[in-house]
Amino acid sequence: MAKNKITEQLDSVEEYERRPVPESKLKNWKSFLGMYAGEHTAGTEFVIGPLFVAHGASANDLIWGLLIGNILAVLSWAFLTSPIAMKERITLYYLLEKISGKKVTTVYNLVNALMFCFLAGSMIAVSATAVGIPFGLAMPTLNDWLPNSIGWIVAVVAVGGVTTIVAMFGYNLVSKFANIAAPWMILVFVASAIAVLPELGVHSFSDFWVRANDTIWTGTPLEGQSQFTFWHIMFFAWFANMAMHIGMADLSILRYAKKWYYGFNSGAGMFVGHYIAWMASGILYALFLKETSFSTEFAPGPIAYRGAGIAGAIVVVIAGWTTANPTIYRAGLALQAIRPNWKTWKVTLVVGVITTVASMFPALVMKLLNFVALYGLILMPMGAVIIMDAYVIPKLKLKQYYAETFNKSANMAVVIAWGVTLLFSMWLNFSFGVEIFFLGLPGWFVAAALYLIISYFIQKNKTAGGIE
Amino acid sequence: MKTLLKLVSLIGLLATIVPSFLVFADIITLDTNKLLMIVGTLLWFISAPLWMNKKVE
Repeated sequence: MAKNKITEQLDSVEEYERRPVPESKLKNWKSFLGMYAGEHTAGTEFVIGPLFVAHGASANDLIWGLLIGNILAVLSWAFLTSPIAMKERITLYYLLEKISGKKVTTVYNLVNALMFCFLAGSMIAVSATAVGIPFGLAMPTLNDWLPNSIGWIVAVVAVGGVTTIVAMFGYNLVSKFANIAAPWMILVFVASAIAVLPELGVHSFSDFWVRANDTIWTGTPLEGQSQFTFWHIMFFAWFANMAMHIGMADLSILRYAKKWYYGFNSGAGMFVGHYIAWMASGILYALFLKETSFSTEFAPGPIAYRGAGIAGAIVVVIAGWTTANPTIYRAGLALQAIRPNWKTWKVTLVVGVITTVASMFPALVMKLLNFVALYGLILMPMGAVIIMDAYVIPKLKLKQYYAETFNKSANMAVVIAWGVTLLFSMWLNFSFGVEIFFLGLPGWFVAAALYLIISYFIQKNKTAGGIE
Repeated sequence: MKTLLKLVSLIGLLATIVPSFLVFADIITLDTNKLLMIVGTLLWFISAPLWMNKKVE
């Protein structure tokens, strides 16, 4: 009886995968503020902030790089993603299907879902470092790629299981939980950093800048880590969520917005999560390095516990959880777009299992900066295609939604734009040593140009041949 | 009732953030701060769900 009731409740989860969100289901700005603030004050912030320290970012580069990069990210959400979300009010996956066709979308969705699983997996791994504290769990180090103990596997399975069950109940539950947790999480991040400042030699506000330069963000990378400059930090901050804004994945979220300018609500996530939280976690990590004589152990849970006690450990668990939830939800939407008849909760369950298995590998955490950049880069070309299809294709007197209009299962303009952009990025990386953080910007223009040129020739031939 | 709950939530948030400044000013110890933070956490999570999200839908 109880089982039937739960199944009924799960089956009733309606997320408007293949039709525009109706007016009555649109959400107010507060919903997005909580969602963005919660999602970007995540467990991974406890990894990214410390990795900037490990990569030898200087205090000046960090302050300015994060400021400019985050402003560019907010503008990308507000002026690229939001207007398209308002216009279409459908998921990224359904929109892509209309433009690129079922076959291309299937490949994209598989890649996308896998990327989301890995990302959510890293968040679950971060949470597991906090769950393991009371059990004396052996924590992974910067050089670990594989699970280092049975205890680690048990911890990630426990966190992954709970995260998946909550995600199975849909977006509303996730949004509500994120709303509740967000203000408290942010304060714990800030409080834990402020409380340890005296131990780093900061006893007054005037001390801060001096210690920031000589103790926290020293400008010297740890052994084996590459050197980060202003440009690394700025581009990382801008493109950390490239798949979501420029890559348009947040169409799935912002299609619920009443107004386009709700895209600016992403600023809550950027400036609280990707500024204050990255700096706070960097401060905590600097203390850890000082106390352990630059140990290679890398575990956000114990680092937060050192600064804020049990509240710090709880925030790592919840911060990982509130971000893993929407990420698993997005991965579920990606897979469901391939098989629309599958129930949302069943797809989410499958995604949750894949995510949990991925989270067993600490490499996802240790190489998070590179993975985040790679994931944005791989998915970004589709964002360029969508923008061109919405704004430039009609001006060239070509047809929008090519696959739907001409009843095609694969739009070769999209296939070539996507594939060649990724090859071009690899060429820049391998031949000229351009680091992955810098490949997104030139890649976007290559993808946009290729899509327009090839679309022109494909559609011109169709019209000339009288196919239309 | 809602006002009272909001007040409890506010106390919870204040208990989470304010003690860290007291540690910085060398008025309380880090251990006391950690204790107050967990009290603040409990107050927040007990009270906030009772008034937040009530008008979301």
